Amino acid sequence: MSALGLAALAPAADVLLGGFVAAAVRVATPLLLAAIGETITERAGVINLGLEGMMLAGALAATMGASAVGPWTGVALAIVAGMVLAAAFAAVTIGARADQIIAGTALTLGAVGLTGTIYRQAFGTGGAGLALPTLQPLAIPGLARIPVLGPALFEQPAPTYIALAALPLAWWVLFRTRAGLAIRATGEGAVNARAAGLRTGLVRTVATIVGGGFAGFAGATLVLAQVGTFAERMTAGRGYVAIAIVVLGRWHPAGVVVAALLFGAATALQYLFQSLGLAVPYQLFLMLPYVLTLLALAGAVGRVRAPADLGKG
Amino acid sequence: MDVRTPVGALALGLLALAGGLQLAGYDAVSALAALWQGAAGSWYALTSATLVRAVPLIVIGLGIALAFRGGALNIGAEGQFYAGAIAATWVGLHVANRPAVVAVSSLLLAATLAGTAWVLIPVWLKLRFGVLEVISTLLLNFVAESLVSLMVQGPLQESQHIYPQSDPIAEAARLPLVPGTRLHAGLALALIGAAGLWYVFARTLWGFRLRAVGAGARAAEISGRIDARRMGAVALLLSGALAGLAGGIEVSGVSYALFQNLSPGYGFTAIAVALLARLHPAGVVATGVLFGALEAGAGAMQRDAGVPAVAVYVVEAVVILVVLLAEAASRRRTTTRAFA
Repeated sequence: MSALGLAALAPAADVLLGGFVAAAVRVATPLLLAAIGETITERAGVINLGLEGMMLAGALAATMGASAVGPWTGVALAIVAGMVLAAAFAAVTIGARADQIIAGTALTLGAVGLTGTIYRQAFGTGGAGLALPTLQPLAIPGLARIPVLGPALFEQPAPTYIALAALPLAWWVLFRTRAGLAIRATGEGAVNARAAGLRTGLVRTVATIVGGGFAGFAGATLVLAQVGTFAERMTAGRGYVAIAIVVLGRWHPAGVVVAALLFGAATALQYLFQSLGLAVPYQLFLMLPYVLTLLALAGAVGRVRAPADLGKG
Repeated sequence: MDVRTPVGALALGLLALAGGLQLAGYDAVSALAALWQGAAGSWYALTSATLVRAVPLIVIGLGIALAFRGGALNIGAEGQFYAGAIAATWVGLHVANRPAVVAVSSLLLAATLAGTAWVLIPVWLKLRFGVLEVISTLLLNFVAESLVSLMVQGPLQESQHIYPQSDPIAEAARLPLVPGTRLHAGLALALIGAAGLWYVFARTLWGFRLRAVGAGARAAEISGRIDARRMGAVALLLSGALAGLAGGIEVSGVSYALFQNLSPGYGFTAIAVALLARLHPAGVVATGVLFGALEAGAGAMQRDAGVPAVAVYVVEAVVILVVLLAEAASRRRTTTRAFA
């Protein structure tokens, strides 16, 4: 290859790497948001398989709010939608002490039906289209000008920064406050926590509703910062992936961010390889994030333990 | 719980659907009429729509009942179904010159083995590394869906290489149909499976041990000297085998080919079917037919009344939640009485 050719390649590699990192962070953001919420919920002993449905409800609420008023109204509505569904989930599983796995599955099923019907009714068969006002990337002054990684990491839409700010906050609440102690005590042994005077039902309900709010926000992020419109079943399993990320992240905010970024990077690889024009079937790259998550789980689990009372009524 | 609870739950679910549709500006009466017509309005609708959809739900649902009874949460039936469908298609394309009995049984055997092999990964991950099967079976669903996509655009693509689907399987590999309908012999297999599973649960030592593990693994190990890990693993493998078989039956009896979205989420709906049946084989048949009817009616509702087919999931969700709540309430009543 001539020197000229090499020189032409150098900036291309920069662009590719920057694009890869940016895509990884973009894909990871909604997963991270949902996983932060689910970490809090699971630490209180509740496993919420309705997360997928809450993300979906958030996605539709965001679409409706954004098309009626603006993107931030959409975000607010999405958080409310997630919290309302989570409150219903809490009423069934904590109030009536019904099985969490079944209730979560049912809730997701219902959310698929509700969002599909409401969406069709609100926007007709044509759909919301791509004219939705979305959340544009915000460049952080100074940091965004770092070569290669600057634009990738510091020119993201606002939800990415909010997710990154929520991480230490979630850690602080869980491990440095009385509320966090109450959450963890409830998740590790509700009977003992009750004996010590904690209102465990209330703790679990609040933790579940907070998790639902995060899931709704995650759905809004998917619509307003990634896809730009709503589609039936658009979450496509991301809620379940977020639950896997919580396990992979060992129920700890620091682990969760690593796991979410790993999944995002594995997903972003397909864009990278596509732009390199490699003749590998794209489906292999679609599988990669899930296979890597499985491998990571095999390597990570065993040295860590789930909250002892997880899933118990 | 007697049958009144699910029947009442179904009534509530349909009422919720009607109310919601009326509020949303649809004509609820004509929507429900279309739902009924599409599900049970004629002999053809009953056999060719409702029962055809019920077969995979029953077969997968039996497997899920088996796994859940043994305390193994298999959420990956969708993936195991697809693994079975891929293997079935491959065999179905290669048995043109065989007698029908040989062709069909080798197709179904291949599907069953593929479903088992697919769930072998979560079983191994669980036994070797302690990975929760809820997560691993779930993740493998996504891998299986991509694998189907890869197959129908690669090795199993139809001979023109235009459409993302396989060639139709050999005539010899197709399940016989009930004359005048699209209902295939898979229904008989489903019913035999249900009877067999009932026998295993109710009359065999193995079935008793399985239920003991599901009710309390630690207690079963200590007082019954049962290897709970092994029981859970076997239950998972058998549930994968049944989901794979369902994929084979679908290819051999309905689609005759492999394509993406072959399953409209059978693997997930079947979880609801099994749970609603309280993991009882006869109940799985009943709820399988019920959910088959709802999904068959949903299609008609979309065609004839303009109501999105997904609306019917609201009915399914309400049914499950109401039964769940009724069950929890009756459990609370018994507990209170016991303490009184």
